[in-house]
Amino acid sequence: MSIDMSQFLETFYEESFEGLEIMETELLALDVGEADNETINTIFRAAHSIKGGSGTFGLNAVAEFTHVMETLLDEMRDGKRQVTEEAVNLLLTTVDVLREMLTALRENTELDSERIKVTHDELESLLGSSSSSSTVQQDAETSKDISAGVQGWHISFHPHVNLFKTSNDPVRILRELESLGELEVKMDSSALPEFNNLDPEESFLGWELDLKGEATREAIDEVFAWVEDECDLTITEIKSTEEVMQTVSEPEERRQGDRRATDKSRRQGNRRQTKSAGETTSIRVGIDKVDSVINLVGELVITQSMLSTLGENFDMSKVNSLIQGMEQLELNTRQLQEEVMRMRMMPINFAFQRFPRLVHDMSQKMGKNIELKMTGEQTELDKTVMEKIGDPLVHLVRNSLDHGIESPEKRKEVGKPEMATLGLNAYHQGGNIVIEVIDDGAGLNEEKVLAKAIEQGLVPPDADLEPARIHELILLPGFSTADTVTDVSGRGVGMDVVVRNIRSLGGSLEVWSKPGEGSKFTIRLPLTLAILDGQTVSVGDEDYIIPLISIIESIQLKPEMLNVVIGKGETFKLRNEHLPIIRLHNVFGGNPRTTDLVEGLLVVVESDGRKIGLFVDELKGQQQVVIKSLEVNYKRIVGISGATILGDGSVALIVDIPGLISLSNKEPATSQLKKSA
Amino acid sequence: MTTNIATAQSTNDMSDATDGVKLEGEGTQFLTFILDNEAYGVEILRVQEIKGWTPVTRIPNTPEYMQGVLNLRGTIVPIVDMRMRFNLERIEYTPITVIIVLSVKSETGERVIGLVVDSVSDVIDVSAKDIKATPDFGTTLNTEFINGLATSAEHMVMLLDVDKLLSVDEMTALAQISDANSDVSIDED
Repeated sequence: MSIDMSQFLETFYEESFEGLEIMETELLALDVGEADNETINTIFRAAHSIKGGSGTFGLNAVAEFTHVMETLLDEMRDGKRQVTEEAVNLLLTTVDVLREMLTALRENTELDSERIKVTHDELESLLGSSSSSSTVQQDAETSKDISAGVQGWHISFHPHVNLFKTSNDPVRILRELESLGELEVKMDSSALPEFNNLDPEESFLGWELDLKGEATREAIDEVFAWVEDECDLTITEIKSTEEVMQTVSEPEERRQGDRRATDKSRRQGNRRQTKSAGETTSIRVGIDKVDSVINLVGELVITQSMLSTLGENFDMSKVNSLIQGMEQLELNTRQLQEEVMRMRMMPINFAFQRFPRLVHDMSQKMGKNIELKMTGEQTELDKTVMEKIGDPLVHLVRNSLDHGIESPEKRKEVGKPEMATLGLNAYHQGGNIVIEVIDDGAGLNEEKVLAKAIEQGLVPPDADLEPARIHELILLPGFSTADTVTDVSGRGVGMDVVVRNIRSLGGSLEVWSKPGEGSKFTIRLPLTLAILDGQTVSVGDEDYIIPLISIIESIQLKPEMLNVVIGKGETFKLRNEHLPIIRLHNVFGGNPRTTDLVEGLLVVVESDGRKIGLFVDELKGQQQVVIKSLEVNYKRIVGISGATILGDGSVALIVDIPGLISLSNKEPATSQLKKSA
Repeated sequence: MTTNIATAQSTNDMSDATDGVKLEGEGTQFLTFILDNEAYGVEILRVQEIKGWTPVTRIPNTPEYMQGVLNLRGTIVPIVDMRMRFNLERIEYTPITVIIVLSVKSETGERVIGLVVDSVSDVIDVSAKDIKATPDFGTTLNTEFINGLATSAEHMVMLLDVDKLLSVDEMTALAQISDANSDVSIDED
């Protein structure tokens, strides 16, 4: 039975990390002093599956470590131990250490054995301090007993040939026996037929087992309870000291050999893993989503076969059914696209779930009472967006906790409840997802922000700004209001990074604040990065896609709207505004059908609050396009955010409006260069 | 219309093959192509497919030899005109003008890229001992991306080091070099 275990290893890691997250969440939900059995059970189950899994994969360090944790949880579950704050905090640390261990193993890096040992010892000492029998003592006792020649059981286990047909697996039985004590296994393969005559569905093997330790007869009987009728079983007590001593040394060797083997295979597995690490990540998709995709594909196949039947003897009388068929096909395709996109969507819970822990840890550290209120955890957004929004969110939350929320004393002073509230809300609005971080803290100190900004030279000293403008100052690079730099925040690197990260996702960040009442940070993000509503425009025989979201309107210029500012370029008057004109063919090249501004079309686009008119030959259709990266095989091109494939198989480039504007600002210089060269 | 003349899929064992042309050990197979009556060779395991010329989408503000991008079964592939790349005289694209689609290695991983060449000619076996060092071509051709010379049926074949030749930064750098070179030659005229 040589199954390549490494293929399951990745699944094990994923499940373990999920398990750790469950443990973390449940630990935080655990009320100190009161042992809610259901909660503890959930934690215990998660710990147990990690232990089991790591044992299977030969990750002994993890298994041993989890075992100690499990013992502690077990005592809590049985009510032998009080759920103390100390224990919960230690368990949280244990979860962290486990996560580090698993990450290290997954990435094949060194384990932090120092930290593991410290936590391990802490767990042990907590266990040792208990009045009830602790594992440490138990271990000591058993080892003492063994050296003194403990009793054990000799089990002769010879399954009948039809054992497998009753869905019993001897391996599982052996493993269970192993959990009762030290097990020595001798296999009897005498009944094994020639390979040619071997029926893989029949069992031919028998085992002679020596189980040492304090296992009771009842426990052993229980293990065999299901197979009693399918095997010849004799269980006898071992009494002779010598016999035991002999068998002690043997399994030791055997196990070491085993460990070497598993170590080796693990290393090999890991090497393969590191190679693929980062390239392949998986997502869990609900079966309902998969089913609906399968249904849609079924419909698509039907439509396709309908169309091909139609095509076999086509004449003009069938034109109507052809049109109908094409409409059906379009509908199917669009639905399929939506469903497939939905597969990439995950509830924002995945990004939110780290916050209870963060708030718990930080409020303890800073001595603040903070309640975290989350709403809209089930709001779905694209996995890529989710991964990238995590860090900016952490930053915002930390900022609120550190700068926003006051100390309990101060809160009392100003007549607020001691318990501060931090809100995390997510909801959909139009084609966007909105995430809010709200606190009921002190709000931004506008005077201080302004003073700091002046001090740091970000605004002129005599600046008289409106509150909203002042709030925006904190988003500037290098800005920090914290009087003291704590390890939580205050180094002044941050908000600008947050803003940049959010912008790179095509989103925006708004700040709202009122002194004494709190502040609110609103993040707006597009639901997905993979698909975009685009307007196709043409310049000469070339097509470009402009993101629909940045287009305000498209107009045909009249001569009286036009205005040429000497040395600055062309502008036009739109209602009460004078907007600059960028000729797409000037920036991107190409041979436009017309260079007369009045003959072509102006697409008015907006970016970063700036409006410009983009001069193109004509507008073509609007369509949803799938964004393809140019960087994968080539490189980033300024002014182009990507490419897409049109209906006829040709490639069209997607215009990046901010990039285009910066490019056009440089344009006069480069064109001069060209002339002089 | 796309005309696939030949397809040499080489998804497996790519890692072994992409460790550059091994100048020692056994012989390697090269696909040769013609550019202005000269034969060039690329390692055959790098070749993903050979397809007929189809119109491409121009990318603004890129060097002239960067013809544009092409949709290759859903992937956007940049297409380089090798004549322009080597500062050779441009010719009209004809039905035998082909695009050799190659996989090249760069710092950011594997890239797929297409080369426009006059025509594809042959597959040759070259053993390591038959590869000779590159002589100095002077200024007309940068020899950095020529791995060596091989002789096949009395013809000389220049073996290209595709990774060096086509890594993007290199391309820009080389473009500047060749621009400078062309300036020099004009001065000499």
